[in-house]
Amino acid sequence: MRREVHRVVKVEEVKQEAKDVFTLYFKDNFCSSASPGQFIMVWIPGVDEIPMSLSTINQKGVSSITVRSVGEATRILCETKVGEKIGVRGPFGNGFTLKGSKPVLVGGGTGVPALYPLASKMLISGIKPSFILGARNAEQLLFKDRLQEILDDLIISTDDGSLGFKGYASECLGRLILEKKCDSIYTCGPEQMIVSIFKEAERRNIFVQASLERYVKCAVGLCGSCGIGPFRVCKDGPVFDSISLRAVMNELGFKKMDPSGRLIPVEK
Amino acid sequence: MSQLSLAVELAGLGLRNPTMNAAGVLGMSSYQLKRLYESGAGAVVTKSLGRQPRNGHPNPTIVFVEGGVINSMGLPNPSAEYFRDEIKRLKAENIPVVASFFAASIEDFTYLASILTDAGADALEINCSCPNVGREKCMLEADRESLEKVTKAVREASSLPVFVKLTPNVANIVEGAKIAEENGADGITAVNTLKALAVDIDLRKPILSNIIGGLSGPALKPVALRCVWELFENIEIPIIGCGGVSYWRDAVEFLLCGASAIQIGTALMDHGVELFKEVNEGIRRYLEENGFRGVKDIVGLAHET
Ligand SMILES: Cc1cc2nc3c(=O)[nH]c(=O)nc-3n(C[C@H](O)[C@H](O)[C@H](O)COP(=O)(O)OP(=O)(O)OC[C@H]3O[C@@H](n4cnc5c(N)ncnc54)[C@H](O)[C@@H]3O)c2cc1C
Ligand SMILES: Cc1cc2nc3c(=O)[nH]c(=O)nc-3n(C[C@H](O)[C@H](O)[C@H](O)COP(=O)(O)O)c2cc1C
Ligand code: FES
Repeated sequence: MRREVHRVVKVEEVKQEAKDVFTLYFKDNFCSSASPGQFIMVWIPGVDEIPMSLSTINQKGVSSITVRSVGEATRILCETKVGEKIGVRGPFGNGFTLKGSKPVLVGGGTGVPALYPLASKMLISGIKPSFILGARNAEQLLFKDRLQEILDDLIISTDDGSLGFKGYASECLGRLILEKKCDSIYTCGPEQMIVSIFKEAERRNIFVQASLERYVKCAVGLCGSCGIGPFRVCKDGPVFDSISLRAVMNELGFKKMDPSGRLIPVEK
Repeated sequence: MSQLSLAVELAGLGLRNPTMNAAGVLGMSSYQLKRLYESGAGAVVTKSLGRQPRNGHPNPTIVFVEGGVINSMGLPNPSAEYFRDEIKRLKAENIPVVASFFAASIEDFTYLASILTDAGADALEINCSCPNVGREKCMLEADRESLEKVTKAVREASSLPVFVKLTPNVANIVEGAKIAEENGADGITAVNTLKALAVDIDLRKPILSNIIGGLSGPALKPVALRCVWELFENIEIPIIGCGGVSYWRDAVEFLLCGASAIQIGTALMDHGVELFKEVNEGIRRYLEENGFRGVKDIVGLAHET
């Protein structure tokens, strides 16, 4: 069988992360051998099929997705009970490439869980990353305990200052770069955050890998619905490096394709 | 020694080689199409464009099966009007563009043909063969009367070469092709996808939200080859072969059966956009090694007794 084929998996465990965020754990051989940064398509029969990053990869044979409830499909996923079944296919996309010896990972919102497998992989490879964990407020911080458990250098940043650094994760990053002299940045989170981080990094000449989101349908690089510039988020991405990011600056943070292929504004 | 040229003439269009992308595959923007051209395609084909923007069917819209994929995208497209600027961008770089389009009425076919012509497309491809939308959305293939009317209307509305893309979901593909030919089509694209279905045994449900979709990829190839063969025996206008081309050998098979050009869709999933170069290099090697002077020499060659 190929990883593109639909499978149905049983949800083994559900963990509530925040008011509207849940992690669903399941076993799947293809997901167990995924690269950090890859995503899967999750099928909720009769409702939708949507892209989700893997937030755990093969911990004792188990993988997970971490879902924020923002609409119908994610709401139903968040209500999933242990023992219920979901459809999956994938993993898809490129994933992150390990580069640099002093990396910093910057995660915002549901972008944080997607960076967790990357942090684990770095540690296994003998690299000790710094990690900026960002959210709107303390209640919305995801994976705080899990990250604290494995990392020496976890920096918390909340927009409202309810915990840690007060301000945007990108501002926190600016300071950290000066302090730690990091040589590479990995980021996943809201698009405007990624734009700020990329600009900060460009000013300081630091290499970035950022995970982007666009409307995914086929997930195998055929239909073109996930286009950003000449690239496809599902196949050329979802992780894009500085060189590719430079090539899409006229769209990043400004425009995205809607499901019909029209360019519409990106949320500010 | 200079390299053998793969240039072909297709219904008056001069193309640097006989390969194109299949409609609906990486044709959502000028960026995507430009990338295909830069990767070696001889011409590029747009997503099938309609009068209104369409989101298409809800996901799942694609399912992987042995020998290919079944899709029911449901013709998502930003509308022909919106795409005019995309076509202009491609033409500003001299990229040959085939504009694929569909409509629900003769009036809309006429309108779309004229705006796509004005936008600068080099040829039109009428998609009257998509299995993914109901009759009300798209004039369907098997219906002789609409095929006649649509072809005639588009022919009158545009001076460009008009290709009619046919479905394999008919008992006799020649019939439709003849109607198109008699009403002024300059070429036939064969074929669109084969109606198909996939079901999940754990959830006991069809996987595609639309239940039925269209099969493409390697499993479609023998059917497409048979269609091209039958068309070549029965019509005079050129044929563009489409269905399951994944390696250069497949392209040569289509040429031998009577296709003057070929389109590639599903195989880009596994082989990437680099496939255009590989297919073209393969065709070139085949022609050279067998002492042919150009693509034209082998079109329909398998029919000679
Ligand atoms: C590569 C990738 C990885 C992602 N990883 C995660 C993750 O780990 N955790 C998480 O909570 N969310 C993730 N998302 C976002 C998630 O896919 C959307 O929140 C989800 O699809 C919303 O579906 P809905 O039916 O609940 O909401 P809807 O009401 O249908 O839509 C709400 C928003 O989600 C977007 N959306 C809907 N369908 C899709 C689709 N098929 N592809 C992309 N966006 C869509 C819409 O554009 C809209 O802005 C990821 C998206 C991508 C592209
Ligand atoms: C994702 C996808 C989208 C498609 N969209 C269209 C379309 O918009 N118009 C059309 O005429 N054919 C469409 N097709 C059919 C292809 O153009 C082609 O006829 C078919 O896939 C067979 O070729 P292949 O086996 O090389 O993919 C689509 C096929 C796929 C896989
Ligand atoms: S979703 Fe990326 S090309 Fe179809």
